[in-house]
Amino acid sequence: MYDLLIAPFADYAFMQRALIGSMLLALSSGPVGVFLMLRRMSLTGDAMSHALLPGAAIGFLLYGLKIVPMTIGGLIAGLLVALLAGAVSRFTVQREDASMAAFYLISLALGVLLVSWRGSSVDLMHVLFGTVLALDGAALTLIGTICVITLSLLALFWRGLVAECLDPLFFRSVSRMGTLAHFVFLGLVVLNLVAGFQALGTLLSVGLMMLPAAAARFWLNRVGPMCALACGIGMLSCAAGMLLSYHASLPSGPAIILSAGGIYLLSMLAGPRGMLSSLLPASRHRTA
Amino acid sequence: MYRTVLFAALANLLALAPVASAANLNVVASFSIIADLAKNVGGNRVEITTIVGPDGDAHVYEPRPADAVSMGKADVILVNGLGFEGFLSRLVASSATTAPVVEVSRGVAPLNLSDEPAGHAHPEVEAEHGSAFDPHAWQAIANAEIYVKNIADAFCAADKAGCATYTANSTVYLAKLQALDSDVKTAVAAIAPEKRVIITSHDAFGYFENAYGLQFLAPEGMSTESEASAADVARLADQVKREKASAIFIENITDERLVRQIAAETGLTVGGTLYSDALSTADGPAATYIDMVRHNIETIKTAVQGS
Repeated sequence: MYDLLIAPFADYAFMQRALIGSMLLALSSGPVGVFLMLRRMSLTGDAMSHALLPGAAIGFLLYGLKIVPMTIGGLIAGLLVALLAGAVSRFTVQREDASMAAFYLISLALGVLLVSWRGSSVDLMHVLFGTVLALDGAALTLIGTICVITLSLLALFWRGLVAECLDPLFFRSVSRMGTLAHFVFLGLVVLNLVAGFQALGTLLSVGLMMLPAAAARFWLNRVGPMCALACGIGMLSCAAGMLLSYHASLPSGPAIILSAGGIYLLSMLAGPRGMLSSLLPASRHRTA
Repeated sequence: MYRTVLFAALANLLALAPVASAANLNVVASFSIIADLAKNVGGNRVEITTIVGPDGDAHVYEPRPADAVSMGKADVILVNGLGFEGFLSRLVASSATTAPVVEVSRGVAPLNLSDEPAGHAHPEVEAEHGSAFDPHAWQAIANAEIYVKNIADAFCAADKAGCATYTANSTVYLAKLQALDSDVKTAVAAIAPEKRVIITSHDAFGYFENAYGLQFLAPEGMSTESEASAADVARLADQVKREKASAIFIENITDERLVRQIAAETGLTVGGTLYSDALSTADGPAATYIDMVRHNIETIKTAVQGS
């Protein structure tokens, strides 16, 4: 048992760093994922992750594969797309999904263009897929900082975010906080994707955001506990994924996300709000 | 940086413009090392276009329309073969070129992927490239000599009038390569046998290992495309501790973060940059094949002796 679960982390510093980094990421992006899901913006995370690319690419072109410039670049590009998409949806007739799609596609194409411009040296794939095994001290500090910022801002704007989830129109009519809360929230989405970008790459970091949240939805109704459960599921997936990667010799990033996916499927079947319970009349009666 | 990128782009455009050059032979080389060998054989009689340029990674290169254009105009196309250029068959097909495609590694005794002491079996490489061989044959100088002979033959076949020049050039260059070969052997002989284990980021030095008796270990497989698993990295860290690897290096074409992580794990310091699958730019330390080999062996020697 010790050999199976503890030894890989006790013996290797890179395993510890990968575990700590990915767990911090799960802790930070789990609640963000819950709010995205409750606002029916589950695909926004995916769109935003593509929108980061040109910023990261500019950082990469100017400074090479360095963590700080790529992060700042990605952050600026992501925030810009979020702001533009949000502004278009608030001030014109177009809805946010359409404007978001438009801006992220522009951004993505720009990013691919920039990455290919320099030739294929340390190509696009290394930008799109990070390596959780290669997390160093600087990357861990960055992820830790982002985790602290995210959790404090979530606590600060908690009531506004919950209200906006449940009834945005009402919230906007009684409080001017709606717009602010919305943009702060989009900022948090970008921030967490940038953090994940170091560890899992732009494509898979969305997985650690959305899959635990979607799985938690099958078990609980209230927002607070749901966020906590999403964090827990995310962290469990990280540990399981790293162990899977170690014992079964699988690439680490996909192993983590597939673990989260497995928990999602399990929750979908077995959770109190899942498939089986909705098919069983007895349990439906009891919850009613 | 931007400016250099821009200039490089402009230079590319100019190189592709149909210039009325004095060259007798338009040659397309798939990557920088072959281009350098071809330059030495062809001299002024050939105009060389390189598809994957300095510091570029040919394992994962995405061709551009300009590449197809230059292939269409070529008289001879030189490629490494052994499944190295994954992009190649599509490009040859799409350019509809009539020029002969010459695999310069023809005649090299290829190493099997599974024979590699440190290499992992990569069935997907076989499926993808239709080849189960290690493509990095140029890392042994004896193989580079075969490359040069193949290039000279290809040029003679395409341009009979220049055949005497090509043969003379290649004789001169082959002599240089032989001198280089004995220099490398001397340098390796000076390294104590127990210090001959070295870490790089991908399995590119199998032929070097075979020819000169240094052992190379790597977390990534033969192609830079594969992603390392935790098990690979752990196995390598153990192996480093057990076999007392004496130095760890990054390569010019790959992501250095993983190698730095292994360095931290095992307490080795990163000994410098090795040039494996591409030459450096003209102002870099490995602008030609000979410079590349000298730079690599010097870097290894310095790092190992410092340990």
